Amino acid sequence: MSAFSAIGEEREIDREEFTPTLEPQATWCPGCGDFGVLKALKQAMPEVGRNPDEVLLVTGIGCSGKLNSYFESYGYHSIHGRSLPIARAAKLANPELEVIAAGGDGDGYGIGGNHFMHTARENHDMTYIVFDNEIFGLTKGQTSPTSPKGHKSKTQPHGSAKDPIRPLSLALTSGASYVARTAAVNPNQAKEILVEAMQHDGFAHVDFLTQCPTWNKDARQYVPYTDINDADEYDHDPTDRSAAQEMASEAEQSLYEGEVLTGRFYVDSDRPSYSEEKQAIGEMPEDPLAERYFDDDYEWERSHDLLLDRHK
Amino acid sequence: MTDHELMWRIAGGSGDGIASTSQNFAKALMRAGLHVFTHRHYPSRIRGGHTYTEVRAKSEPVQSRGDGFNCLLALGDSFARNPQEDAYYGDEEIKPLSENLDELNEGGVIVYDTGLLDSEDIPDFEQRVEENDWHVYPINLREIARDHGREVMRNTAGVGATAALLGIDLEYFEQLMAESMPEDILEPNKEILHYTHDMVEEEFEFTHDLRVPEGSHDEEQVLLSGSDSIAYGALDEGCRFIAGYPMTPWTEVFTIMSQALPEVGGVSEQVEDEIAAAALALGASHAGVKAMSGSSGGGFALMSEPLGLAEMSETPVVLVEAMRAGPSTGLPTKPEQADLEHVLYTSQGDSNRVVLAPGTVSEAYEQSRLAFRIAYGYNIPVILLYDQKLGGELMNVPASHFDREPNPDLGAVTTEEELEDAPHGPGGKFYRYRYDAEDGVSPRSIPGQKGGHFLVTGNEHNQAGHIDEDPTNRVTQMERRMSKVEAVREFLDDRDTQTYMGPDDAEYGLITFGSQQGTVEEAVARLNDAGHSVRGIGVSDMMPYPEEEMTEFLESVDEALVVEMNASGQFRGLTQKELGRFGDKLSSLLKYNGEPFEPAEIVQGFEASIQGQDVPDQQTTYVPAAGD
Repeated sequence: MSAFSAIGEEREIDREEFTPTLEPQATWCPGCGDFGVLKALKQAMPEVGRNPDEVLLVTGIGCSGKLNSYFESYGYHSIHGRSLPIARAAKLANPELEVIAAGGDGDGYGIGGNHFMHTARENHDMTYIVFDNEIFGLTKGQTSPTSPKGHKSKTQPHGSAKDPIRPLSLALTSGASYVARTAAVNPNQAKEILVEAMQHDGFAHVDFLTQCPTWNKDARQYVPYTDINDADEYDHDPTDRSAAQEMASEAEQSLYEGEVLTGRFYVDSDRPSYSEEKQAIGEMPEDPLAERYFDDDYEWERSHDLLLDRHK
Repeated sequence: MTDHELMWRIAGGSGDGIASTSQNFAKALMRAGLHVFTHRHYPSRIRGGHTYTEVRAKSEPVQSRGDGFNCLLALGDSFARNPQEDAYYGDEEIKPLSENLDELNEGGVIVYDTGLLDSEDIPDFEQRVEENDWHVYPINLREIARDHGREVMRNTAGVGATAALLGIDLEYFEQLMAESMPEDILEPNKEILHYTHDMVEEEFEFTHDLRVPEGSHDEEQVLLSGSDSIAYGALDEGCRFIAGYPMTPWTEVFTIMSQALPEVGGVSEQVEDEIAAAALALGASHAGVKAMSGSSGGGFALMSEPLGLAEMSETPVVLVEAMRAGPSTGLPTKPEQADLEHVLYTSQGDSNRVVLAPGTVSEAYEQSRLAFRIAYGYNIPVILLYDQKLGGELMNVPASHFDREPNPDLGAVTTEEELEDAPHGPGGKFYRYRYDAEDGVSPRSIPGQKGGHFLVTGNEHNQAGHIDEDPTNRVTQMERRMSKVEAVREFLDDRDTQTYMGPDDAEYGLITFGSQQGTVEEAVARLNDAGHSVRGIGVSDMMPYPEEEMTEFLESVDEALVVEMNASGQFRGLTQKELGRFGDKLSSLLKYNGEPFEPAEIVQGFEASIQGQDVPDQQTTYVPAAGD
C-alpha cells in the first residue's frame, strides 16, 4: 500500500464529494460572488479527475479564505497574503498533489503582491484563483488594489488617487504560463477555465470576477461580459504572448469603462514547470520528497559520509 | 598563559584572504595534534576595511578566544585607499598594524609586511614595542610574493614567516594547499611558503621564546563552525527542505544547506522575503517533509506571522535565528545576544513554541537534531537561537561526534492504516486536533493520504479544524496546545541539556546561555584555580525554561552573576520571570560593544562584583542585584 494512496486513484469522481456532508454555517452574504467560485470549482473537479484527498487548497484571509470551509479537501486556511508560498512549497514537497491557491484581490494583489510576482515567474505547477471583487469585504468595505481610481471608502473618503492594479498584465509580465479571467456570473465559462487551469502544467492564474453586493454595489462585474475566445470581433490567439499582453491591457482598461472581457488570455503549454526545471538542473529529486518518510526501504544519507571529509 | 598556548592573529583588509588563510592555519594546527579555536572580526564591507581572525591553539581542549593574543601577522590592507586627509573611515592603510596593538600581550611577536605597512606611520610604535617587550620582524611579504608568484600570495608568505618563527612544520600547510589549489597556483604558493620560511630562519635572529605548543589527538578531529554543526544536525535528522533569504549571519547555515541538499536529494529555495521563506517551510512541512527556515533579527521579525500560524496550526517547523547586534540592522557582522526576548515573545497571542540555544559548536549539532525531534514529535515550531560568534567560530570536534544514524521519523503523523480507524467528524474530516490527545499531541495526516483530509486554520478551530469560536472549545484547544510545551519540558529535563561547570557545592554561581558558554567555562576554571568557589551553568533551554534545574542551581549558591552579550540583561530577566524569585541573588555582567567576552573580563567582572566594586573594564557593565 502506498503512503499516499489517494493520489492517482482511478475512479469516477462525483462533485458532491467536495461538499461537506455536515455543511458549516455559511458566512458569505446572500448574493455573494464567492458562491459562484465555489460552485465552479466543485463542478470542475470531476473533469479534472482528482479526489478530495489528493487536493490541497490553500487560502489566504478574507471572505475568499472561507472557501476551505465549504470545499471538502485537504485545506490550509493560512494568513493574509501568504497562500502562495505555502502552496508552492507543498507542491515541491509532493509534486503529485493537486495544489490550488486562492485569495481575494486585497489578499492576493495587495499584501501578497510580492509572492504573486515570484510564484508566477517560477511557474509552479499550480492554480491560483483570485476572487476579484474590487473591495475589501471582510474588513467592511475599504478600497482595494483593484478598486477603480476615485473609489470612495471610509479609508479613502476623497476617492482613491491610485490607478488600480492590472492583474492580468502583472501575471503575464511576471511569467505566468496560463492567464485567464472569468466571472461568477458566468458559471459555464468559469468551470471550463478552472478545468483548464488545473490541467495546465505550470502556474495558472485565474482572475475571478466576483460581486460584493454588500460593500461594492457599484462594481461593474454585473454587466454582461464578452468571452474573447468566442466573440467574433476578437480573433485572439492565446499562444501569442504579445497579443495576450495587448488583449489583457485592453480588457483591464475596458473593465473600468463598463465592458467585461473574459476568457483565456495566455496559454503557454511548452514552458516546463518549476519542478521540472529544478529536476533538470539536479536541484530536486524525481521522487516526491514526502514519500520517503513513509518508505522503510529508503536509504537515508548521513552528513558524515558526504560532507565531513572536507573538515578533516 | 602565553607560554603554553599560541594565540595567532592575522590582520588585513576585507577581501585579502584573511578568512581562508586563518582557516587553513587552524586546520594545519589541528592536524599537528593541537586543539584550536578561532575568533573572527570583520566589518560590514566587501573589500577593504580592517579585519582579523585569531587562531588559538593549545595541547588541551580550548573553547574560547582567550585573552588578547601573542602573535600578530599584519598583512596590510590592499584595498585601503584614502585620498582625502580626513577620510570617513580613518587611516585605513596602517590599521592592520596599528589597530591590533592594544590587545597584543606582553612579550608578543609582530610580523608585518613592509611592502604595504610602515611602522614609522605609528608615532609611538617604538616606544610601545619597548614597553611591552614585543619582538618585531619586518618583512617585505609583498615583494616576496610578487617575485615568486603573484602579489595576492602575500598571505602565504606571511604564513611561511610565522611558521618559521613559531616552529611549525610546513608539511601541514603544503598538504592543505595541495588539497585546495589547482596546480598553477599551488606551485608558486609552495615556493613562496618555503622561500619565506627559509629566509626568515636565515636572516633573523629570534629574540622571542614563543613556540607552537605540542600535542596529539586520541582520535580523528574535524574543524567545524557552529553553522556547519547546525546544518549537519538538520541533515542527519532528515531535514530535506530549506527556504531562506540572505541575511548575515544566518546566510552561512542557508549556504551550507543549499549546497548539501541537492547531494542528498533535498530542496533548497531562495525566495523573495523572509515571510515567504518561513511560509514555504510550513508548506513543505505540511505536505510531509522535514523543513527549516531561518534568518537574523530583522528577517526573523518578518517571520513572526508564519511563526504564529505554525503555533496555531501545529505545523512542525524549525526556524534558526542567528543573532547579530541590533536594534534594526545594528552591527551587521558583530555578535550580540539581544534577540532572546524577540524570539520568545514575537507574534500575537500566547507563545506556544520551543526555543533552544546551543552553547558550543558540538552542542549546536545535538540541538539542531533535538530541534527537529521536538518540532516533529510534538507538532510545534522550534527556534534554534545562536549568534554570529557561534555561527562563525571554528573549533575542533572529534569526528565520531557526527557519526550518527539518520532519523527519518516524521514524528506525530498517522499512516493510512491508522487513518482507517481514527476518529473522523460527522462532516467526514479527520480529527486532526483531538481534544483527548496524549501529552497534547494530536497526530496529523499528510495531504495525499486517503481518508485524512482536514482543515488547517490560523483561527481557533475544533477537532476537525473548522473555525470555531465556542468558549469551551477555545479553552480546551488552548490548554491542549500549552500542555505540549509542558510535555517538551519533561522531555528536555530527561536529556540534561544544561552544561554544568566547576564544583557542585560552590559559594557563587556564574550563569550564561548560548555562545558565551565556553568562555564562562574557562573563567570558572580560572576563578576556582585562583581560590574562589564558583559553579557555572550554561543554559540551553530558553522555552520551556528549565525551572527545576535552575531552582536547584540558584538555591545552591549565595549569589549568581549572569553573563550575557546585551545591554538589558534579557536572560537574567527571563530567569527571574520564570522562577518568580531570586531577584536579590542575581546580578549581571553585560557586554554589548560588538565583541564577545574574553575570559579575563569575566574573571575581573566577577571579582569586582563580589567586592562591590566597579568593573575595571570600560567595555563591560555590571548591574547589581535588585535591592542592592
